[in-house]
Amino acid sequence: MLELRGVTKSYGEAVVLAPLDLVCARDETTVLIGPSGCGKSTLLKLINGLLVPDAGEVRFDGTRLTPQNAQGLRRRMGYVIQEGGLFPHLTARDNVELLARHIGIASAQRAARIAELCELAHFEVDLLGRYPRELSGGQRQRVALMRALMLDPEVLLLDEPLGALDPMIRAGLQEDLRSVFRACAKTVVLVTHDVGEAAFFADRVVLLRDGRVVQEGAPRELVERPAEPFVEAFVRAQRTGWEAMS
Amino acid sequence: MLVLCATGLVQESAQEPVHEPVHEPVHEPVHEPVRVGSKSFTESVVLGEVVRQLLVAEGFEARHQTELGGTRIVFEALRAGELDAYVEYTGTLREEIYAGRDLAEDGALEAALAGDGLRIVATLGFDNTYALAVRADTALELELETVSDLVPHTGLVYGVGHEFLERSDGWPGLAARYGLAPDSVRGLDHDLAYRAIAVGEIGVMDVYTTDADVAHHDLFVLRDDRTYFPAYAAVLVAREDLDERCPGATEVLGRLADALDEARMMALNARAKIDGLPEDAVAAEFLGEAFGLVGDVRASSLVSRVARATGEHMFLVGISLLAALLVGLPLGVIAARRRRLGRVVLAAVAVLQTIPSLAMFVFLIPALGIGWRPAVAVLFLYSLLPIVRGTHAGLRGVPRPLVESAAALGLGGWARLRLVELPLALRSILAGVQTSAVINVGTATIAAFIGADGYGKAILSGIRRDDTAQIMEGAVPAALLALLVQGAFDLFERAVLSPGLAAQNERSNDG
Repeated sequence: MLELRGVTKSYGEAVVLAPLDLVCARDETTVLIGPSGCGKSTLLKLINGLLVPDAGEVRFDGTRLTPQNAQGLRRRMGYVIQEGGLFPHLTARDNVELLARHIGIASAQRAARIAELCELAHFEVDLLGRYPRELSGGQRQRVALMRALMLDPEVLLLDEPLGALDPMIRAGLQEDLRSVFRACAKTVVLVTHDVGEAAFFADRVVLLRDGRVVQEGAPRELVERPAEPFVEAFVRAQRTGWEAMS
Repeated sequence: MLVLCATGLVQESAQEPVHEPVHEPVHEPVHEPVRVGSKSFTESVVLGEVVRQLLVAEGFEARHQTELGGTRIVFEALRAGELDAYVEYTGTLREEIYAGRDLAEDGALEAALAGDGLRIVATLGFDNTYALAVRADTALELELETVSDLVPHTGLVYGVGHEFLERSDGWPGLAARYGLAPDSVRGLDHDLAYRAIAVGEIGVMDVYTTDADVAHHDLFVLRDDRTYFPAYAAVLVAREDLDERCPGATEVLGRLADALDEARMMALNARAKIDGLPEDAVAAEFLGEAFGLVGDVRASSLVSRVARATGEHMFLVGISLLAALLVGLPLGVIAARRRRLGRVVLAAVAVLQTIPSLAMFVFLIPALGIGWRPAVAVLFLYSLLPIVRGTHAGLRGVPRPLVESAAALGLGGWARLRLVELPLALRSILAGVQTSAVINVGTATIAAFIGADGYGKAILSGIRRDDTAQIMEGAVPAALLALLVQGAFDLFERAVLSPGLAAQNERSNDG
């Protein structure tokens, strides 16, 4: 579904992505993981066309992504950023249906879709009239998810969707997210730095370091057959807390 | 202006019906008004009124554009054909208007004026030049008549204006010409000097020969027996083509030749300045005495004056602000989108702000004339900065994740701007527009300098006449209008700003 071939990106002197290849299969959930600054968010923006690679190419369903066709293709990709990226001047409903309304989808059709999404994302219909600042962090993320799913896109991109939430809310939303992914059977690319989260969502994990893919495969493989000492260290670093307690 | 015209018409037909046939045989009845100008000081306004009322009494239509911002503005307006006539002084023409030509004598002026399509149609008969004056009792006591008589009295304290003290053609030259060597010379503000000489703190001061205060303070003007001071003869300058539009007008204006001497002019100034009579009434008195003509005095109530000024003022502010919005908003958007161009745009509108308004007026007269057009143009230029800045700052302040979110949704550049960025920048944009509007209301008072009236006219007249009530007539409504505009914008902001943004400040304070 998504293919990146020989993609590089640098900001001035700093190389963010070395030549990198990545393939995300249809209807699979791919989790990009790695320490801060490994280039995982940049990768997501390249897929979405928000950034243009210095070299190499990005293909979406076989079509090469160019600045000319990016806008159209983006409408086939839902995108959720860390803090949700909700527009504070619009209500939850207006946020969700902004693009749909802009491209002229009838209001009855929009209303039906929103009702569907509220159920799917476990968002109370009564809260649709509220502004983002009147919603909790978890509720905001649900609205952001609904907004990304509004046009029923083929691909869903999520950049640290749970990053800004406290642990309790996080656990609930995590469950809901996974059931949404399964219910919609979408191609999902999710970015996180949390190993537990990666294991929870992923069909396939891609571990990045300094703009390179260190290892990719099923979550279990990273634990059981780390490709290099870094993988082991990265995985263990987040588990030591638990082990110390047990 | 329109009201004035109409009044002129009514009066013309009501009072002077006999004059109509005089013009009829040669031309169609003349309806094009003769436009008279004056500068912002009493003598100039009185003389402008004399010219206008004389024309009206002789069956012409005439308008008087009072209190234009200075020599340069009035003269440029005359040259550009926005005015037909005004009273100027030969010294000013030589030293200021044609300063580069080095005209030694008044005689050389005719040729210079002709080059601009102008001519002197009447020399009024008095000089308004510098002179030295002493108190009348001092003059009697010391037997002073001329400046030369001062030479032996070195004990007299001289109090002269700061400018006069510095100018080479002022005090230094005067002292050298006459051999004056007083023990004490002090630089003093002109108004203070009158008070000082009244109580005997100073003995001699510089004055203008037709200054109303000279008579009022009972001063004696010493004759310039060695003709040190340049001639500042009052002359009525008119356009050469005046008779093409208003046949016979030049001849009527010519009747003012030698109509006034220094004493008479000083008396008229005193009527206006000391007795507080309005200039049009002073002019009417003079026309009655000198020519047996009935003047054209308009009475108006405070309410009607303020109402008219409010209309004029709001027109100036409204048009200029609207234009600034239409230009400033796109400029702000461009400035926010393109950094390098943005810097140029911001610098350019900031530079505009630093150009003095009078300089800008002089610059604009050839293209826009006088009246509301140049006033609106200047206000427009001054209004740009806050609007461009507010728009620029607002758009630059939209958080990057939100801009990316909008792009990631698949909204195009224009839709992003309209649906996301502008609404988020709205608070800052409105703040800019509000600042512009409030400043504009205040700045619009300078429009009076170029004949666009508004509240500024009452303020200028009041300052000139030292009449606090008249200053207030302009200043108070201007302040109220500024408050009103401020309040209106606050309400407008509350109405249009999304409730999702309204409490943003409170929230961040809580945090």
